[in-house]
Amino acid sequence: MTTNVKVDVHHLTRVEGHGNIVVNVVDGSLEQCELQIVETPRFFEAMVKDRPYHETSHITSRICGICAGGHATTSLRATENALGIEPTEQTVLLRKLNFFGEILDSHVLHVYMLVAPDYLGLGSVIPLASTNPEVVLRALRMKKLAGDVCEAICGRHTHPIGMTVGGFTHFPQRADLEALREQLIASRPDLEATVELYSTLSLPAFERETEYIALRKPDEYAFIDGMIASTDGGEWPLSAYQSVTNEYNVPHSSAKHTKNQRDSYMVGAQARFNVNYDLLHPKAKEAAEALNLRPKITNPYANAAAQVVEIVHSIEEAIVLTEELLERGVQWEEPVKPTRLTGEGVGACEVPRGILFHHYVYEEGFAVKANCVIPTGQNLANIEADMRELVPTILHEGEDAVTLKLEMLVRAYDPCISCSTHLLDVEFVE
Amino acid sequence: MKPKIAFFDFTSCEGCQLTVVDSLQTNVGLLDMVEIVQFREAMTEKGTDYQIAFVEGSCTRESDEDRLRAIREQADVVVALGACAHLGGINAIRNIYSIDEVRDEVYGDKGEWYETYQPRPIDAVIAVDAVIPGCPIDRDEFIAVVTQVLQGREPRIPDHPVCIECKLNETVCMYLRGEICLGPISRAGCGAICPKYGFGCVGCRGMISNPNLESMEEVLEQYGRTLEEARAKMSMFLTYQTLEEGES
Ligand code: SF4
Ligand code: SF4
Ligand code: SF4
Repeated sequence: MTTNVKVDVHHLTRVEGHGNIVVNVVDGSLEQCELQIVETPRFFEAMVKDRPYHETSHITSRICGICAGGHATTSLRATENALGIEPTEQTVLLRKLNFFGEILDSHVLHVYMLVAPDYLGLGSVIPLASTNPEVVLRALRMKKLAGDVCEAICGRHTHPIGMTVGGFTHFPQRADLEALREQLIASRPDLEATVELYSTLSLPAFERETEYIALRKPDEYAFIDGMIASTDGGEWPLSAYQSVTNEYNVPHSSAKHTKNQRDSYMVGAQARFNVNYDLLHPKAKEAAEALNLRPKITNPYANAAAQVVEIVHSIEEAIVLTEELLERGVQWEEPVKPTRLTGEGVGACEVPRGILFHHYVYEEGFAVKANCVIPTGQNLANIEADMRELVPTILHEGEDAVTLKLEMLVRAYDPCISCSTHLLDVEFVE
Repeated sequence: MKPKIAFFDFTSCEGCQLTVVDSLQTNVGLLDMVEIVQFREAMTEKGTDYQIAFVEGSCTRESDEDRLRAIREQADVVVALGACAHLGGINAIRNIYSIDEVRDEVYGDKGEWYETYQPRPIDAVIAVDAVIPGCPIDRDEFIAVVTQVLQGREPRIPDHPVCIECKLNETVCMYLRGEICLGPISRAGCGAICPKYGFGCVGCRGMISNPNLESMEEVLEQYGRTLEEARAKMSMFLTYQTLEEGES
């Protein structure tokens, strides 16, 4: 029986950004158990300061290359709330469609290229290209579809161009939407194969119930706007986000931690699934059934499986949405103008990794204050709580197994460490 | 033996590395041509015997310099990947403020807590053999540059203004839509994608080597716009360059 275990994973791979896992067990007792965030902050607050309101979404999109569209959309919603802008129905539909592209892109990257190698005993997806080329080709095909959705709406997935405050500066043609619909429908066999692949992987057995937080809307599985909802009960308007996130500083992380009604909470696909299961597309519910997932999921390793369910949901809903857009037709619209240039507003979206908040104050159209609370930051305390509970139960498996299981745990959360320190508002306690 | 290549990230959004992954959608064959020995974003293995290094991100602290020099020492060819590495890009926006102002603004009285200095392009620290410009990089250009490097040729990237590509697209000029656009002085190669989607070019690929400033001024004058407005546009990606110019 091992009584001394030291895990020190420096620069965890296959996650976005830089983080270290440090676990130190001395004489069988857990002395240290941390996910250290060592990324350099990028001072986004200073970057948006004094910039005109129509630039903030283009700048904050550069916080993260994976969630660029998510940051841009959240930023636009915050600016629109600050400046009294009500987007049109068409804008809402187009943004939603683009958002499905974003969720799809990020989830495919995570479930195929970042998580699957662990379960197949590989260091990366690259050897899979020769052993199981059909799996890699499928992943690339699905990523291409995601990119095509975003390209049709905004020009490109990473750093969208055609979205602006109050609407769009470019509109998809009828033929673009028709082609998208065909492609989306044609991807259904890939969806089935994805669900099948994940139904064969066996997740490490580990259950730890926690508080799950996600946006909620009465009539749809929320991705853009909504109320902040918790599985522990309670719903809050976006403007009250700081009373939900309660950010605090810890010395080993350049990203802040958060807590709501317990010591930690979880955000992301699994939290959305637990909060909004009733609103999933019927085909997504079927996928959940096939994957043996029912709310409330309490095994954090299942987050990637919940992402698979959301992949199905995104594609099915995107099909519905393209049909709706084709039916009503897309018109050229000028972006809605601000009704005021001085104001304060909060925006929130369920980006792939969970709930994201942007908060701005504008004076005469220029940003004077900005804050941004990122999903991974909100998950950090919960990841550490998982690690503390998991480690003592697997110590006897030896250092290598502990290391792998911890890496897999952190990866399951799909952490975007670069974002989590690209906070607009960084403060440290002594 | 297949050439070994490695990817490194400094301060960035990692969007350029992701674009590399996306470039495989249409070029899976690339994986047969090279051996990737380091790509933290996508793989666990870490090899140190690479010949070609792709560097994403800006240098933003002193300790980055040592890492960059080590990469330069090992690699035969160093390629700057994207605007952060090539220009300083979006990270250098804050360079108009002194580093103390930024720290005070963001950290308050904990200003000294974090190691950071004015963000800069990597060629401010090490010699760079080739550049793949853009924020993010263009997939096809990435493949083209890699192919040229593998063939031992000097990669060529366009050195004419974005306006030329824009006119080929038959896009309505942004100036006619009431917007400022840096197309006349910015480096083409992106297919003038921003004007195509209704956003004035902000020069994320850097300026061409001989920007015709007079014709830029003419355009501005013709549409009743000011140099200040154009400068404001340039501050998104070209702050490092404009500040350098001001100093020299
Ligand atoms: S150049 Fe742009 S896309 Fe590339 S890493 Fe920098 S911010 Fe991201
Ligand atoms: S100024 Fe801009 S929009 Fe006009 S032609 Fe040149 S690149 Fe195109
Ligand atoms: S149009 Fe300008 S800003 Fe846009 S990608 Fe091309 S060079 Fe960059």
